[in-house]
Formats: sequence, structure tokens, C-alpha cells
Amino acid sequence: MRPDVELIKVTKRYGTTAAVDAISLEIPSGSYCCLLGPSGCGKTSTLRMIAGHESISDGDILLAGRNVTELAPAERGTAMMFQSYALFPHLTALENIAFGLRMRGVGKAERLARASEYLRLVQLEAMAERLPAQLSGGQQQRVALARALITRPKVLLLDEPLSALDPFLRTRMREELKRLQRELGITFIHVTHGQEEAMALSDLAVVMDHGRIAQAAPPRHIFERPASAFVARFIGGHNVLDLPEGRFAIRTDRTTLSPPPGGARLSGRVTAVEYQGTAVRVVVQAANGQSAEALLPDHLFHAAPVAPGEAATLGWDTAAAHRLPAPTPA
Amino acid sequence: MPGHVARFLLGALFALFLLFLYGPTITIGILSFQGPDGGLTFPMNGMSTVWFTRLFQPQAVGDLGAAMTRTLGLAAMVTVVTVVVSLAAGMAFRHRFAGSSALFILTIASLIVPSILVSLGVGLLFTLMEWEPAWYSSAFGAQLTWTLPFGLLIMFAVFNRFDRSWEEAARDLGATRWQGFWHVVLPIIAPSVIGIALFGFTLSFDEFARTLLTAGSGNTLPLEILGMTTTVTTPVLYALGSVSTAVSLLVIGGAILGARVMGRRRGR
Repeated sequence: MRPDVELIKVTKRYGTTAAVDAISLEIPSGSYCCLLGPSGCGKTSTLRMIAGHESISDGDILLAGRNVTELAPAERGTAMMFQSYALFPHLTALENIAFGLRMRGVGKAERLARASEYLRLVQLEAMAERLPAQLSGGQQQRVALARALITRPKVLLLDEPLSALDPFLRTRMREELKRLQRELGITFIHVTHGQEEAMALSDLAVVMDHGRIAQAAPPRHIFERPASAFVARFIGGHNVLDLPEGRFAIRTDRTTLSPPPGGARLSGRVTAVEYQGTAVRVVVQAANGQSAEALLPDHLFHAAPVAPGEAATLGWDTAAAHRLPAPTPA
Repeated sequence: MPGHVARFLLGALFALFLLFLYGPTITIGILSFQGPDGGLTFPMNGMSTVWFTRLFQPQAVGDLGAAMTRTLGLAAMVTVVTVVVSLAAGMAFRHRFAGSSALFILTIASLIVPSILVSLGVGLLFTLMEWEPAWYSSAFGAQLTWTLPFGLLIMFAVFNRFDRSWEEAARDLGATRWQGFWHVVLPIIAPSVIGIALFGFTLSFDEFARTLLTAGSGNTLPLEILGMTTTVTTPVLYALGSVSTAVSLLVIGGAILGARVMGRRRGR
């Protein structure tokens, strides 16, 4: 399938520093793509360049095969949902949603009717006449979503859309975003710093670091075969260990306190034990300073508990170890 | 209990402050209703509105009606220009441009220069150029040196708190830059713009020093009042004070009411 969004060596420079450094990426049409990375990795700049709110220092952006590098935001076929939602405080929910149609010269009766449809799409019919200040965070976000969707974008861009919500609401909105994306069949590009969010939502996860793409793949691929120590650490759930055979990423849930025969192991002392409900996290520090952890199912831990200060040996099946590229000599 | 005493003292201090602030205005308000035979001071010799009637009759010195008209006209001109120019300048200063800091300092400097010197300078300039100074030219300019920097400073405060993503959202939804300004920026900052208008109006309405040497032959109200204090010895003076206070209150009340109505009609 032809990619919906194509970045070709896209670069953003501020002075001499490159916030985004010649990244190339193809996002298949109708997919949910998450740009993931720590703050300052260039994910938001990338999104804003796709949206047209940030100029591109170098490279090209193609949307549905059309070069949009020099086009204004509204001419690209994208719509953006801002992190702060950026709802217009002086307009009601309905008028906020109708704004895009108003700017396109759609008559009042028609635009309000169509805005009502989108208000229904996000299940906020009852809130039509409320001002943004009279809406909860979750409701504001739905209005922002409806406002972006009414322009019928081919690509919806979401800048950390869930970061302002409390954890419970976040999970619900996450489901809703995914449902909307599936139903509308358009491409979503979603910026987040939460790996859990990216894994839950994305068809394509793009892990970024220092303005470059560290790995772009389906989340399962990234979790099972991280491309680098950075990716393994950022995505979480992995020990990154330098062993005599090389550098490996080993999933913490495949690490045990009862080393299988013939498997690899790491001996040391327990430095921390954290109860997490369904699992218990045990951190062990080896004599050479390397530290690793095991995420043990709670019943296994309670069958043979350990306490900080005790000697312990972590072990794993060699098949569970994923080889990483050797560290570049510093 | 020391907290008690301290609270009492602070309360007393505050009451004294209020008395100091509003006492004179209230006193003048009361004295302007002095009876026909009453003088400039207490006691009240009966009650009447005769001084308000006399206010609008020809005086021995000065022409209050004409002075009032000039002052209101000048205040209106100053208000409009202050609002338009500070708004435009505020928008411009959101981006750094070559010489922006220098221009800013230059603008603010006119707040520091003593008013009377500005007045003198403008007056001298008009004399040198052999232009006729008048309330609508030289005094108008002199007052703007006072209201414009204030207006600009208010706009700075406004745009410091202004979320740029509102404009980006407008652009994203297909608004041109002008539409974004008209439909999004202006309605959001409207209360502050009304504030600037009020500020411009009141600063101009009672401006004295900057008008003193620039008003030409037609006095503005504050200048007329100064003239009268030395020559008029009747409570007409107080009536005048009451009327001009009432005008100020009406303008402020009108602006607040306007802002309320606008708030209710928002976006329709």
C-alpha cells in the first residue's frame, strides 16, 4: 500500500543544533503511528513539521504522494490536536467544532448542523452550549478531537493528547482514540513519551532519540527485538547487560531467581524488593556493579521470598536473551 | 493577644487610608449641594442644586461647556489612537525584529521624562515651526506620549499570558492570519483592550501637566479648573468636580457593562 505520510531526510535545525536530524519514515495509510521518546528527542518538532506549524530546514514531507513541504497547515489534509487542546475560550463547544467550517465559508445553519454530528461522534451532545471553561479535561479533549476531525483530515496529528488526563481517564480515552481511528480509517500520528501508551495504541511505533529514529517497527517487534540498548531501556521491561559474549537485552519477566540449568546467570546481592500486586520486582546488583532486575509472578516470589541484602542469583534462558549491537567505544 | 492588636491597628490604618483616598471627593460631592447663600466651606447653608445650574451658565471667567467638549473630544481621540496603536505594537513585539529592544526602550523612556518637560518640548516645537498649538494637535500628541507606553505595557502583559497554540489551531482549521486575529485573538484579549481604552480615556481626561503648555488658546477642563480655583470663589467649583467625577464613573461603568454584554454574547 502506498504510504500516507512519507518523511524524506526531514531536518529541523535551531541555529547549529539539529532538533530533528535527517529522519526518513513511511507511515502506511490508515495506521496508528506513535512517535515515542524522551523529552527533547525531536518527536514534537517532527509532528509540528508534518502539521505545517514548524518550518522544515531540510528534506521533504509527502502526504498521499503529494509534496506538502511548503504548504500552509490547512492545505495539507492534516488536522492537529494540540497538547493544551487550544480550545477557543470565547466559543461554545459547538462553535469551537464549527470553526473550521466557518473559516471555509460554510453557512451558519449548515455548519452548526454538521458540528452537532461531530459532537455526537464524541458523545457530547448535551454539552453543545458550554464554554470550554465549563467542561472537564476529558470533555475538552473530545471537543478538540471533534474540532480537528470536522475538516475531514487524511491524517490526524495528536500532540501528547493524553498527558493532561488522570490515569483512569487516560486509559478510557486511549480506547476511544483507537476506536475512532479504526472507524474513520484515517492515519493517526500520536506523540507520546509513554511507552505503555505507544504499545497499547500503535500499529507502528517510532522510538526517537536525539533527533534520530532509534527504531521504527510494530510495538511487538520493538519489545521483543529492541534495536539498541537505548530502545530496550526506554521501552522498559528489559535488563541491558554487558556479558562476556556481548551486550544483551533480557526481559525482566523472563528473568528468575531460580536459574535454569545451562542458562545464563548473574550473581550478587538484592538491593531492592518492590511489591506490585500481581508481581514482585527484585533488583540485584552484581559484584562488577551491573544491576539487573527480575519481575516475578507474586506466587513464585512468595514461595521463596528474598530480602534486600541477601545474596541472590538471577538467571534466564539463553533463548530469552536478545543480542544488542556492541556498545560504541566511548 | 498581639494578633488582635495588630489586626485592629491594620484595620484602622486601612480605614484612614480609605478616608484619605475618598474623603476629599465625598466632601466636594457634599459641598456642591451647598445652599444658594452658602460658601466654599462647611457648614452647609441649606441644600440646593443651584450651583449645578450655574455651572452651565456663562461664568465670569472661562467657558466650562466648551472646555468639557474639548476634553471629551480629546479623550476620545486619545482613546482610539492608544487602543489601535498599542494593539498593533503589541502584536508586532511578539516577534523579535531588528531594533525591537531599542524601540521598546525609546517608547518607555517617555514615561520617565517629567510630564512638564514633554509639554514644554512639544510647545516649543510648535512655536519654532510656527504652528498654531491646539488641543487636537499639540496637546493630542503630548498626551499620546503618556498613554501609548502604558497601553503597550498592558499589551505586553496580555501577550505574555497568551497561548500561541490558539492561533496555530485557528491556522490549522483554515483561518488566514487576519481571520485568526479577528475571530480568535481579538475576542480573547477583548477585556484587556477595553482596559486600555479606559486607561487611555481617564489618563487623557484628567491630564494636566502635558496639556498645560500645549493646549493653545482653548483650555481643556483640567486647565479651566486650575484657572477657576484662583478666581472663582463659589461652590460652582465643587459642582464642576462632582460632574467630572460622575462623567468618569459613567465611562467606567459603561465600559464594564459593555464588557459584560460582550461576554454574554461571546461568539454569536
